Amino acid sequence: MTVSNDGKWIDKKISRRDMLKLTGMGVAGVAIGASGLGGVMKVMGYDVFEPVADSTTAVNKVDFYGKHQSGIITPVQTNIYFASLDVLFTSKKELQELFKQWTPLVVRLMNGELMVDLTKNTRVPTGDTGEADGLDASNLSITIGVGPSLFDKLGIQHLKPEELKDLPHFPKDQLQKEFTGGDLCIQACADDPQVAFHAVRNLVRAASGKVEIKWSQAGFNSFPAGGGSPRNLFAFKDGTVNPSSTDEKDLNKVVWVDKGWLKGGSYLVARKIQMHLETWDRTSLKDQEATFGRYRDSGAPFGKKKEFDDFDVETKDSNGEYIMPDTSHVHLARKSGARILRRSYSYASGVMTNTGAHDAGLLFISFQKDPAQFTTVQNSLGRMDKMNEYITHRGSAVFACLPGVSKGSYIGEALFNAL
Amino acid sequence: MKKTSLLSVLVAGGILMTGCGNTDEAKKEDKPATEQAENTKKEVDLSAELTAYQKFALEQMDQFLIETEKFVNAFKAGDIEKAKAAYAPARMYFERSEPIAESFGDLDPRIDGRLADIQEEGKGEEEWTGYHKLEHALWVENKTAGYEAIADKLLADAKELHALVQTVEVTPDVMITGAVDLLNEVSTSKITGEEEIYSHTDLYDFKANIEGAEKIFEILRPKLEAKDKDLVATLDEKFKAVDDLLAKHATADGGYVSYKELTEENTKALAAAVNQLGEPLSQMGIILE
Repeated sequence: MTVSNDGKWIDKKISRRDMLKLTGMGVAGVAIGASGLGGVMKVMGYDVFEPVADSTTAVNKVDFYGKHQSGIITPVQTNIYFASLDVLFTSKKELQELFKQWTPLVVRLMNGELMVDLTKNTRVPTGDTGEADGLDASNLSITIGVGPSLFDKLGIQHLKPEELKDLPHFPKDQLQKEFTGGDLCIQACADDPQVAFHAVRNLVRAASGKVEIKWSQAGFNSFPAGGGSPRNLFAFKDGTVNPSSTDEKDLNKVVWVDKGWLKGGSYLVARKIQMHLETWDRTSLKDQEATFGRYRDSGAPFGKKKEFDDFDVETKDSNGEYIMPDTSHVHLARKSGARILRRSYSYASGVMTNTGAHDAGLLFISFQKDPAQFTTVQNSLGRMDKMNEYITHRGSAVFACLPGVSKGSYIGEALFNAL
Repeated sequence: MKKTSLLSVLVAGGILMTGCGNTDEAKKEDKPATEQAENTKKEVDLSAELTAYQKFALEQMDQFLIETEKFVNAFKAGDIEKAKAAYAPARMYFERSEPIAESFGDLDPRIDGRLADIQEEGKGEEEWTGYHKLEHALWVENKTAGYEAIADKLLADAKELHALVQTVEVTPDVMITGAVDLLNEVSTSKITGEEEIYSHTDLYDFKANIEGAEKIFEILRPKLEAKDKDLVATLDEKFKAVDDLLAKHATADGGYVSYKELTEENTKALAAAVNQLGEPLSQMGIILE
């Protein structure tokens, strides 16, 4: 381009449109886009499937390869960008191609590398959108799951695990179509919001024409310096009774699927729960604590001193009253007998246009070996839960998160090997 | 019409004289960093393609002038219905050749400026001219009286544009960037109904932008075939998808339904199809390496 050697000219910030207008004048002798060196293959590089290794030198890195996908028992990061996608294809083969395409890209993202190397040709957009350039891996984890509707769309119902189905309607559900369901999910968690968003943005872009975003939600968590679980926007600690990430036996009992092609995977339940902050904030501390059945400050269950102290919900005081009220969230959840691995994030997304209230709440995410575990807890909460007064469930989805990937394999291979 | 700051760009007989005008509001896009180094490398010969595109663009501009004259005549005759009928079809010639039509920084807003664009540049309503001002007269005020001077000015500007484009020399960037820009126009203003806020004839512009991009693709097809057959197949498929969706909203007289008749589902489907076309279309630059 003739203009580009003019130092004064290029020093100015100039938009692409302005550039176009200038170049559109096309004086004689315009240099036509010179080529990059060597034979660059596909510009975007997306269709080249070759194993990429987990980096051994990257800092703040979560490994991609392993028995299970990352982002399930990975220590909870500060940020999430969760996306529910619909597929635009109808065959199992195309799904397989997509997962093969995504596999090396996911590894590179988790290595904190550009998802696609830059090429010399500046006349095309870059393969990586670039906003994570200069940021480290930020403990990025990427968890990919398949929803019940996917199996119907691809005509492979026979491969759908019987546990994988839409959740039943729960009391007080106010689900909105625009936050519900999906054929696939990408859960990107990182200790940097931009790294998490970049991952979803680029994987979706790489799959242009194959998937579209149905709904998405960003979320955050903040960890107290002194340790312990993060607080949700009601200021109570969330995730206290989770199984330990190192107790393999317990995880096998609660989290990991142990049969079929999904062996080593886990079911993800996502619930977008609006929290009515305005009403909560005018509730006395005593009532707030009675709603949870825990002390707000320490996170300890009623009658105990510390967050992680064990408790028995059936314990009564000298008057014969439950120490932990039987309408409290923790009482009802514990009494259900079911356990789940909670991995939730708070969100604040502006204001509700119809009320002017905060559009804020919890992107509840739990992992379990069977979605029925969640259903049992939720049914136990039922109409009794004192919390209902302060929350509204707006969105819901369930996904089977695929088993982990070994080097040389690709995301979801077991599904395609299943007959 | 895109909101950009104006560069005063003058062209005379193929000689480029640039005076960088007001670029303060230009978007935060830096100069292409590696561009400078590329001047010395071997060039791909696109002369036949550039000539073909120039011919297309000039034909569109010829028609634009003819149809604008018809529109202005109907308008000045006070024939509101006839003027309304001529409005959207005339504009399609402009929209189809937008990479060229928009080349002239100050003419573009004079012909195609929306009130919002004019105000954004710190100008008052009295400086608003062109098609959209007459659109407002026809559809909102339902009158033509008092707007004769604006109509005359539109025709004069169209003539000036027509004269200027004769000197434009098309570059590969005009074609390749232009194709994507045409789609971007659709994605940012046509699909939101913000281009034709009074007449709601956005789908005409939509169709014309797509046709403009498709024409560039067609001209470049042989070169693309040689580089990447799959890309050509993908583009064929994606153009068809957009065209098929648009066809659902066509009317018997060859036009399109009002933007207001589209449901959210309709616009979402159209937007998704355009985005899916835009990604592969942005890869046409591979022919330059």
